Parts: sequence; C-alpha cells; structure tokens
Amino acid sequence: MTATVTTDPGTGKQARGTTRGSGGARRGIPRIPDRIRRGGLPYLLLLPAVLLELLIHLIPMVVGIVMSFRQLTQFFIGNWGAAPWTGLENYEIAVDFDAPIGEALLHSFFVTCVFTFFAVGLAWLFGVTAAIMLQESFRGRGFLRTLFLVPYALPVYAAVITWAFMFQRDNGLVNHVLHDQLGITDQPSFWLIGDNSIYALIVVSVWKGWPFAFLMLMAALQNIPRELYEAAAIDGAGVWQQIRRITMPSLRPVNQVLVLVLFLWTFNDFNTPYVLFGKAAPAGADLISIHIYQSSFVTWNFGTGSAMSVLLLLFLLVVTAVYLFLTSRGRKGSHA
Amino acid sequence: MPSRDGRRAGRSPMAAPRSFLWTRRVVLTLLAGFVLLPVYVMISSSLKPLQDVSGKFRWIPRGLTVQPYVDIWDTVPLARYFVNSLIVAGAATVCSVVIAVFAAYAVSRYGFRGKRVFTVTVLSTQMFPGILFLLPLFLIFVNIGNSTGVALYGSRGGLILTYLTFSLPFSIWMLIGYFDSIPRDLDEAAMVDGCGPLRALFRVVVPAAVPGIVAVSVYAFMTAWGEVLFASVMTNDATRTLAVGLQGYATQNDVYWNQAMAASLVVSVPVVAGFLLLQRYLVAGLTAGAVK
Repeated sequence: MTATVTTDPGTGKQARGTTRGSGGARRGIPRIPDRIRRGGLPYLLLLPAVLLELLIHLIPMVVGIVMSFRQLTQFFIGNWGAAPWTGLENYEIAVDFDAPIGEALLHSFFVTCVFTFFAVGLAWLFGVTAAIMLQESFRGRGFLRTLFLVPYALPVYAAVITWAFMFQRDNGLVNHVLHDQLGITDQPSFWLIGDNSIYALIVVSVWKGWPFAFLMLMAALQNIPRELYEAAAIDGAGVWQQIRRITMPSLRPVNQVLVLVLFLWTFNDFNTPYVLFGKAAPAGADLISIHIYQSSFVTWNFGTGSAMSVLLLLFLLVVTAVYLFLTSRGRKGSHA
Repeated sequence: MPSRDGRRAGRSPMAAPRSFLWTRRVVLTLLAGFVLLPVYVMISSSLKPLQDVSGKFRWIPRGLTVQPYVDIWDTVPLARYFVNSLIVAGAATVCSVVIAVFAAYAVSRYGFRGKRVFTVTVLSTQMFPGILFLLPLFLIFVNIGNSTGVALYGSRGGLILTYLTFSLPFSIWMLIGYFDSIPRDLDEAAMVDGCGPLRALFRVVVPAAVPGIVAVSVYAFMTAWGEVLFASVMTNDATRTLAVGLQGYATQNDVYWNQAMAASLVVSVPVVAGFLLLQRYLVAGLTAGAVK
C-alpha cells in the first residue's frame, strides 16, 4: 500500500498537484523515466492480488503435487521436507482398484458422478424454468424473485442442518409426510445412513444450488432484445414457440458457462455432505472431496491424499477441456 | 400493471394462452413450496419445546416458546463463534474488495503484458477443488508457524487470508465488467485536471461503481460467512467460527434440534437480511460482469 502511494506522485507531470508533501518523497526515490513508471503502475495494482493467489492457491498446488510423491505420514507433518520420496507409490496405491483403498476411491468416484449428474441437471432445470416463468411481469413477480434467492443467501451450514433435521428417521418432516400422512413406505426409512443417503444429498444440493442458475439465467434473459419476440408474435408464434425458438437458443452461451461452473462446484462439493452426514459419510453418498478429506485426516496419510487430489484435478481439467472443445465446436456449427 | 421491467424485456404483450398461465401458476407454486419448506421447519421448530422436536414431527406447533433462543448461548459458546465469524468475514471482505478494486482497475484501464494470463489464471483457481490445496496449505501454515513464529494455523489471520482469496477471482471478474461500463472519458478528464491515476480511481471510478462494489462486498461476506471445509481444519477452540461451532447442537448424544434451528436462524439473519436488501445491486453487478 505505501509503495503504491509513494509511486503515484512520480507517475507524470499531471500528478504534480496530487499531494503537497510529495516533493520530499520524490527526491528520495531514484529517478525512473516516466514511461517505465507508468508502465509499472498496472503491475503494482495487481501485486496484492497476485501475491495472495500465489500464497493461497498456486504455491499450495505445487506443494500438493510434490507431496504426492512423498511418504507423508503424521511423523513428518512438522517438517514435511524430511519425508522420504516414494516415486509413484502413492498413485499406485490410489489406482490399485483390487485393493481396499483403490476400490473405495473408485466407488467414491462413481457415486460422485451419479450425484453430480442429477444435482446439476435438476438445478439447471429448476433455474431455467423459474427464470422463463418470471420473464414477463405479473403481480407477485418481484416477491417470488426475492423468495427464490433465499436458499442462495442462507449460509450452507444453517440450511443443511435444517435439512438434516427434516431427514431424521423418527422426528423428521420427510418421514412424517411419506410414512404417516401418505403411507407410501411401510416403515419409516433411514435417509442419512444407508442407500437412501444419496437421494437426501441430491435434494439438499438442488435446493441449495438452483437459485444460482436462476440468478444467472434471469440476468441473461434481460439481454434478449424485445423486438425478437415482437417479430415472432407478428409471424404468429405462440408463447411456447417463442420460448423454444427464441429464449432457449439465446441462452446457449450462458448455459455453456453455467453448466460447467455448476458441474465443477457440485463435483467438488464438500460443505453439503460434511454438514449433512457429520464425520462419517455413508458409503452410498461418499463424495470424492469427503473421501479424500477422510483418507487424509483420519489416517494422517497426506501423501496418498495428495495423490488422490492430483488425480481429481487431472480428471476435472480433462473434462473441462473436452467440454469446452465440444460446446464451442457445436456453437460454431450452428452458425454455419 | 406493466412495470418498467416489462417494457424493457420480455415476451410479446400478446395475451398468453391459458395453458401457459396455468403451467406458470403450478410450477411457481411448487418451486415456492420447495424453497419455503426448510424455512418453515427452521422457524416453527425453533419455537418448540424440546419434547416436541424429539417426538413425531408436527406441522402446527402445540405450544410456542422462546426458550431455545435463550438456551442457544449456553449450550455452545455461540457468542464467541459469532464474534469470530464477524471478524473473519468482515476483515476478509474489506481486504478482498480493496484488492479486487485495484486489480480490476488495472485490467480495465491499462494494456500490459500478461493481462490475459492474469485474468485466466485468477479465474481458473476458482475452479480447483478446495481439497487439493487444503492439505498443502495446512502444512504450509504449520511450517510457517514453526519456522517464523507467525501463527497462521489456528488463527483468525490465516482464515482471513484464505477466505479473501476465495472471493477474489469472482470479485475481480465482476468489477472488471463494472469498470468497463464506466466511460473512460470520466477518469481521463479527471487526470487532465491534474489527478493521478489513483486519485482518479478513488474520486471518479469508485464512486461511479458503488453498486458493483456493494455487490462484490455482499458476495465476499457471504462466501466467508458460509465456508465450512477450511474452517473445520484451520481453527481451534478459541478461533472457531459459526460454520463449525453450529454443529455443537447436532452431533452430541443429545440433539437439541429446537436450539439448532434457533441458532441457524440467528446466524442466518445478518447475511440473509443484507442479501435481500442489496440483491438489486447483486443482480445488476452480475448483469454487468457476468453476462458478456
């Protein structure tokens, strides 16, 4: 901060009037040609952001990759540089699908894929439906728009704790409705342990995630020129046809980004399962982030955990690259 | 009554067919019900005595009491968690917004080498799994503490640093869009009048971008207030935030569901109220920054 302030008065003749006391500071620093100094200002402005990104994201990522090649157990936490190198051993453990650790990782990966498919699909569907239904003004539209953003505004843990209460077997709302009131199930079901847990996880994730899709799509809808709809109406297109022919194609660029962002967030989600299930995630809802967290902090084997994280990153990079390649090609094709 | 919104965008004024109106009514009712269900459970259960939330669920409470709102402060040290969360989220927000304003101004107003690399790198860090840098960051913080005595692990400072980088990429991205929409003539005129670039930024650009900055602040605060993963690893008893502390009602042998609901409601009020008051800015900021 101080650096930016002292550099400022020297940026050029125009800056002479900025601060009275700048003369002394100016004499103190070596004279750099104005041209170079002006060129340096943007870098100076970016410096804090770059430093923090380096410290919190990029350096840890490099460290993580290095860690994945070491045998990093609890004995080396305080001095991880002393941990012995093991080559690819951590990776071999992670992808040995016949052994318990690899098998569990593969299972967790499949669970995460299924979960992500449904959670993203439903969140997008709800979001696009609500955005289109609220496109035209009517009484109560503003109220509904605000209401639909409430799940987005609530802190994750507050919302998920409430859902955890609703999914309780004996005193929860869900079993009260399904078993006591509707009589659909013979027995009150367990929702937070066993095979049903993935349904609970999807419901909570959709509830929490769809307002973001709604928010983005609502913003996108405001940019569609009204003349398009008027022209279509003159040509005799009804509301449904307008939605299919004008609204949906116009949303395509936003959808391309939105689906990718939702995919990455959902695939990496930690908060929802962690608060919903507590420390012990049931096998049926063992999402990959939780799985890596548990195999690292429960067993204190950071080396294998890091190897799993790197594999996860590689997977996400490949999916993102393929997705962007396919969707951009598709877009070019439709223009041709 | 057609609003200004209705004139600016939207489908044709031609009367919509009944099928559409009915679909809209049904769909919106269902969605509203889905959204409201947990909100109703949270509010109604927070006013029930313990035996009512331990037995079968009841839609209509038998008796109402405000006792849970009194008890939540004693069952877990909620006030301390609250203060920790306020400090961490508040400091992270202020730092993140200031840093984002500088960075976005540089990208929006200057051409320089590495500009594209910067924006792409910063945005892509947003996409990486938190778990990937949780373990190394944990180790880095522990090692920095061992070698320099600067306690980042277990301290609020470490959490503030971490959280402010979480909201930074999106904040920078949104503010670039916002700054781009402010005419360059404005700050150039100020510089001709003798302002330095930084003065032009604070006197001209920042005041014109207040809605965008408000939106970014809300986003940064919400991000820090709601984060669970790093809070669960990087804090100790003294620095624990609400994200972890709130589980104190629900993970012990006795689960005080009414208190858990009351506490959830209390900790949600600051962010939900702020968000609903300022959502207009957030939507506007998203429109300027995101839909491009």
